[in-house]
Amino acid sequence: MEQQERDAVATRLPEPAVLADKPAEVPSKHLVPVFDVQNVSIFYGSFRAVTDVSLTIYENEITAFIGSSGSGKSTVLRAFNRMNDLVPSAHMDGEIDYRGESLYAPNVSPVAVRRRIGMVFQKPNPFPKSIYENVAYGPRINGIRKKSQLDEIVESSLHKAALWDEVKNRLGASGLGLSGGQAQRLCIARTIAVEPDVVLMDEPASALDPIATGRIEDLMHELKSQYTIVIVTHNMQQATRVSDRTAFFSVLVNPDSDTRTGVLVEYGPTQQIFENPHDRRTEAYVTGRIG
Amino acid sequence: MTVDIDSERARDSAPAVVAARGGVRRRPRRRWGDRLLFAWTWLIIIWLALPIAVMIMFSFNNPHGRFNFTWVGFTLKWYGPHLLDYPSLTTAMENSLLVAFAATVGSVVLGTLVGLALGKYRFRGLGTANLVQFAAISAPDIVLASSLLAFFVTLRVPLGLPTIIVAHIMFCLSFVAVTVRARVLTLDRSLEEAARDLGAGPWATFRLVTLPLIFPGVLAGALLAFAISIDDFVVTSFVSGSTQTFPLWIWSATRNGLPPQVDVLGTLIFVAGLIIAATSALLGRRGTR
Repeated sequence: MEQQERDAVATRLPEPAVLADKPAEVPSKHLVPVFDVQNVSIFYGSFRAVTDVSLTIYENEITAFIGSSGSGKSTVLRAFNRMNDLVPSAHMDGEIDYRGESLYAPNVSPVAVRRRIGMVFQKPNPFPKSIYENVAYGPRINGIRKKSQLDEIVESSLHKAALWDEVKNRLGASGLGLSGGQAQRLCIARTIAVEPDVVLMDEPASALDPIATGRIEDLMHELKSQYTIVIVTHNMQQATRVSDRTAFFSVLVNPDSDTRTGVLVEYGPTQQIFENPHDRRTEAYVTGRIG
Repeated sequence: MTVDIDSERARDSAPAVVAARGGVRRRPRRRWGDRLLFAWTWLIIIWLALPIAVMIMFSFNNPHGRFNFTWVGFTLKWYGPHLLDYPSLTTAMENSLLVAFAATVGSVVLGTLVGLALGKYRFRGLGTANLVQFAAISAPDIVLASSLLAFFVTLRVPLGLPTIIVAHIMFCLSFVAVTVRARVLTLDRSLEEAARDLGAGPWATFRLVTLPLIFPGVLAGALLAFAISIDDFVVTSFVSGSTQTFPLWIWSATRNGLPPQVDVLGTLIFVAGLIIAATSALLGRRGTR
């Protein structure tokens, strides 16, 4: 991208709501927005899972979504690759732009979206196939048939996922035979084998032990140079360890109707969110007083 | 008393155990219980297998005429061209196989779709739909049979092979739906999402992820459907018109005596079933590994 264009993009950036009065923390002009979320509300049937979220995700950054259960962070994450489309009762108000184009425009194919925006799930979920076939699955779906090409993709994806050395001698073994941490790295390899632009991670380490979690976190740091990563996590230490930016979500209860919905409370650089939160709710959460 | 038994048990088992392991190991407890259970198990197996054993034995009998009820002598001749001595029996067997295959294919396709819907989605009428599956399984055959007959007669559908197949698909469907549903309920939904996420469309996801995962359920349903269809008598007899199937032929033939061909065909069906069951067990074992 030309410098001028970049500057133009940067000046167009909508600022995260709570940062509007903090000019010192306006993102530097080299940041390229990947997702631009504007006033998004997501419903499951009549249940309003999350209300009026606006934020911007930047290229080659790790953005963490933190917050208590039911605050809608996973729902927003799943809106980024249109995974909510698979839930018949789900619908969305508002706008999500992906690299300047509306993600939910009628002419945009969800299949094409999901190829560009990969996802790693909470529980490691390798397909009940061999390690090789797990990684080759995506490329095959996308039309790559040549064995030599698949071999190459499988090897490089497993390298990138820091799993190659552990499995190179047993690529034909079942993916189900791996340990939890290995299986999750296999799932990461499976996701990056289709060369996505963004990797979404929905609590990728919550089912893993601390050592396996540490490896996943190291891996995220390595992947950051090539991908934009958005991670949902319950673990605040994890957010501080891995993320550049943090969005804090909370549950808003309407006492009149006894309905609850998720809201974005505060969004900003991770350090600011944890050391100098602007909202009392954020402060209460990050200091461990609630949630 | 207890001490006596214990010491006796110890004397019995200790040398064997020590010899086998060459070291210290707790002697097996509840030996008499185990023996009793072992004997009881085999008693049940023999009791269940005895009619089949008699059928297989009499398929090798060499009776005079059509009365194959007393042992005369051993022969293999019914396993040769003599198997087709009764053209009406051969036709009935062909009809039975045709019906069973058609009913299996039909009920597997429809039942799998029903099972997927019942297992995967929440929709209005889900509870009722579930209940209807079990009602169809538990309803007495004779009730299904008479209502199906009334249905066909009301619609003036001529009775014959097509009505038998429709009836069989109808009562096999629930068995497939129930087994597939059970499998779908254990399915990790995130696997389908992962496939979708990699760019697979709905059809590719079904073919490459969902179907292989639910396949054991589909296969079990198919075997069940085939087995139920091929020996169905009650429903078939109501909706068959003048068409004969294997069970119907046997029923009408009992008055004039059952020829050994019946035992041979029964034995062949049994052996085929055994092979299929063994294969699926082997495949299942390999699949879980």
